[in-house]
Amino acid sequence: MTTDQASSASSALAASGPALIVSNMDVTYRVRGQDRLALRNVSFSIGRGESYGLVGESGSGKSTAALALVRYLPRNGRVSAGTISINGLDPLSMGKRDLRQLRARTISMVYQEPGRALNPSLRVGRQIAEVFEVAGESSESAMQSAEDMLRKVQISDPGRVMRRYPHELSGGMAQRAVIAMALAASPSLLILDEPTTALDATVEAEVLDLVAALRQEFDTSVLFISHNLAVIAKMCDRVGVLYAGELVEEGPARQVFDGPRHPYTVGLLRCIPRRGQRKDRDRLDTIPGFLPTPGHSLTGCVFAPRCALAQDRCRSESPPFFDVGDLRTARCFYHEQAPELPRATPSSAPALATDGPGAPIVSVEKLSKTFSGGVQALGGVDLTVLRGETLGLVGESGSGKTTLARVLLGLTAPDQGSVVTLEDKPLDADARRRPREILRALQIVFQNPDSALNRRHTVRSLISRPLTRLAGLTGTALRDRLAELIAEVRLEDRHLALRPGQLSGGLKQRVAIARAFGARPEVVVCDEPTSALDVSVQAAILNLLADLQQQEHATYLFISHDLGLVRYLSDRIVVLYLGRVMEVGPAETVFTGPHHPYTEALFSAVPSLDGQRPDRIRLHGDIPSAADPPSGCVFHTRCPRKLSSGVCESTEPPLLEEEPGHLIRCHIPITELRQLQLNEPAPSQGGSA
Amino acid sequence: MSGSVPQPAEPGAASPVDPVAPIDRTGGYLGPTGAAAVAAASRATPARWWLLLRKATFWVGAIIVLFWVVCAVFGHLFAPYNPLEQQLLVNNQAPSGAHWFGTDPLGRDVLSRVITGARDILIITPLATIIGTVLGTALGLAMGYIGGWFDTVVSRVVEAILALPFVIIAFLFVVAVGPSVGAITIIIGLVFTPLIARTVRTAVLVERHQDYVSASRLLGEGAARVMFREILPNVMPAIVVEFTVRLAYAVFALVTLSFLGFGIRPPTPDWGADIAANYSGLLAGYWWQTLFPALAIASLVVGVALLADSIEQVLSA
Repeated sequence: MTTDQASSASSALAASGPALIVSNMDVTYRVRGQDRLALRNVSFSIGRGESYGLVGESGSGKSTAALALVRYLPRNGRVSAGTISINGLDPLSMGKRDLRQLRARTISMVYQEPGRALNPSLRVGRQIAEVFEVAGESSESAMQSAEDMLRKVQISDPGRVMRRYPHELSGGMAQRAVIAMALAASPSLLILDEPTTALDATVEAEVLDLVAALRQEFDTSVLFISHNLAVIAKMCDRVGVLYAGELVEEGPARQVFDGPRHPYTVGLLRCIPRRGQRKDRDRLDTIPGFLPTPGHSLTGCVFAPRCALAQDRCRSESPPFFDVGDLRTARCFYHEQAPELPRATPSSAPALATDGPGAPIVSVEKLSKTFSGGVQALGGVDLTVLRGETLGLVGESGSGKTTLARVLLGLTAPDQGSVVTLEDKPLDADARRRPREILRALQIVFQNPDSALNRRHTVRSLISRPLTRLAGLTGTALRDRLAELIAEVRLEDRHLALRPGQLSGGLKQRVAIARAFGARPEVVVCDEPTSALDVSVQAAILNLLADLQQQEHATYLFISHDLGLVRYLSDRIVVLYLGRVMEVGPAETVFTGPHHPYTEALFSAVPSLDGQRPDRIRLHGDIPSAADPPSGCVFHTRCPRKLSSGVCESTEPPLLEEEPGHLIRCHIPITELRQLQLNEPAPSQGGSA
Repeated sequence: MSGSVPQPAEPGAASPVDPVAPIDRTGGYLGPTGAAAVAAASRATPARWWLLLRKATFWVGAIIVLFWVVCAVFGHLFAPYNPLEQQLLVNNQAPSGAHWFGTDPLGRDVLSRVITGARDILIITPLATIIGTVLGTALGLAMGYIGGWFDTVVSRVVEAILALPFVIIAFLFVVAVGPSVGAITIIIGLVFTPLIARTVRTAVLVERHQDYVSASRLLGEGAARVMFREILPNVMPAIVVEFTVRLAYAVFALVTLSFLGFGIRPPTPDWGADIAANYSGLLAGYWWQTLFPALAIASLVVGVALLADSIEQVLSA
């Protein structure tokens, strides 16, 4: 039922035989003597030169699929049914030698962590040359070929990089080297498993551009695996959506993302904040319930337990793939109603009275932090947070976002001369010396709940502690507030006796949020609170944060690398680069521009589901070391709009108020920036010094 | 293309979200391990210890150690002879039906002395290891958590102590306070303290950088509470493993002291002291007087080590 449609769809796209055909594949893992089905009846094919995206949340089986193709499954996993054909070859029936040949010549993989894909004790050049040597080249010509390959992945000084060890390369550079290695054997199929997830936005954009360009040049078929729908939308011709080990929808990427026909895809897309959505008007939709545990033995549709459209039929009978037109297929009986899937969460925000941003509550002046070794994480930051607002803090890794938050909280001591005040009272640099009232007022939701929650304590003790310590509650008052709090974060009584290890990621983050809000803080720092979570969980957490802010009138300092989230949640935005504020302003003003060239680059680096914006500017090179920041404007080494007069190299521009409430640190006047950003794309600057 | 995903309003869309609605909308999921943990629910922690029962090494170790515990507690009841009774007429007898392990130069039954010799070892070594573990844990927690100059100074002192051979230190102590059972117990405990402190310190350094430590600081928790209530439970597995490993070393340490004459004094039956008293008889061919106490030592050490090994495997799994 399924293969016919899937392969007919692909053969229409690729005239010659497909590079990969997977039909009716099951993968099982044997866990404690029981077989658990990780992939069920998966069929798809990739045409020659085609780019196919597999998208799904963690646990959907997308990485298992990639491993199964090259028979790299762990010892307890096996392909228990179905067939695989790579260039007409069947890896499942191959002997060891043939399999080695297949992996060496026909298929290549690029993984998420470039640092782990490279051998740390071999020079980069040696490792790439090895691939050519396996292909039969002499060692000298292999070294030459390796250098050529590095040039093809746009490494500006390949000779130098060849002599480096992997740890001496930045993440983006290392991932290029891995891609160079993967392409060295001219594979007919390249598998990219979350290749940019560990990279910063501007570096990700560069690597994605590179992959797109190389795909054209080498005419390689690509299997692109990601949890990031926008990246898949940008990179892939066709896409398959995986849910709980089953392919639920498939078709051309644009059509699938613009008009999904499976309730899961519909729900997933609604979890992502879109342009124009704001926390004060809209709530994100969520997908109720949980992913079934691996090895579930559900009869009927895998998504039925979480689907608002599910009927009796869905629970008893497994739906086949339905042809929904435009070469698309969806595994849903009610695919026609899917776009009208009822929402799990009301779309409008609760209309509570909001006073709007008020007087300054927290302010920092001349805030600097120099770590040992001269690494300057923050260089003279002046900032004011207004009562009741959400201040979004954006910037790449190493920009000082987290250091700023830790200094505010008193977890990291700033340099001499830095001033941090809460309601005009200067704060002690060390949280241990701050009075209880100050501790109560400033709290944080950490990025990773696994690290933030003591795994040996129960949820009850984790949430109660701030109530007794900071709010001074005991007895009935404590019990009442605890009950109120867990209801506010949508936990249940039965969770109280559990320990963090027994909760899912989303529930753990709710516990962390309950702890932060327990003593009714004035200011809550949210440090990437959803970056460790899946998309559908993220939406629920964002809704919760927005609701809590309205109920509690809390002020947020929201740190994120995800600009979509920042735009959805923030009232004002601060853009940090190398520990300096480059731009501050109201969220919409900063987003619509004119903005600082760095902000501009950051925005154009992020792939979006809302159609492709013109790729206006790209940054090249890596973020300079904070131990040795560039002279003048710290951004000049990567700035595509650097002035030819040389003023950018010599003088640091001041942070000037260009419009009411909108400050930019740039030598280019705002009127000129507006012209530049409206009209022509910036000249692409070459590699940095 | 924005807004192309249809978002029809729910019937109750106009009403605000009920803040206390008993709903679970997390859709939370963090990989198969997360799911397994949720499914396993409260069984998670005990399940680990059940794994021990499936390990052959655990059973072998437990049976050996249990055997010696029975000897230590009830040995005097089933030992064939009084271990102190001297029968000078039957001295230096080779193993026979009457004396399975033979007799020593004073005509005492070697089997009886081996059986009852377990008692002092099995009292002193666990107590000494407990003393060392408790003190070492406290010191290690303080070094790891407080850090700074305190850690630097204490670390150097610890290294200086570790640089000296154990016997020299023990010898100095015994000379100073005299060889009583209590003194030996405390001495071995003190000698182990820096070793255990170093292991605990390493484990604490990993935990100290976890965000939960920052979070408890933001609740105004004192250093003692952070060390003992927040960090200690998380480094407990490392401490349990360290305890079992040190227990095996403590057996060695005590036997060595006894062999050198600083430990348990004759005529109390003791494996180390008996070897010391009789090893010169080896030249005369009286091998049984040395071999059987030596085998007793070896079996106890191996038994404890097997236990340590299986516990470590289970806790690190």
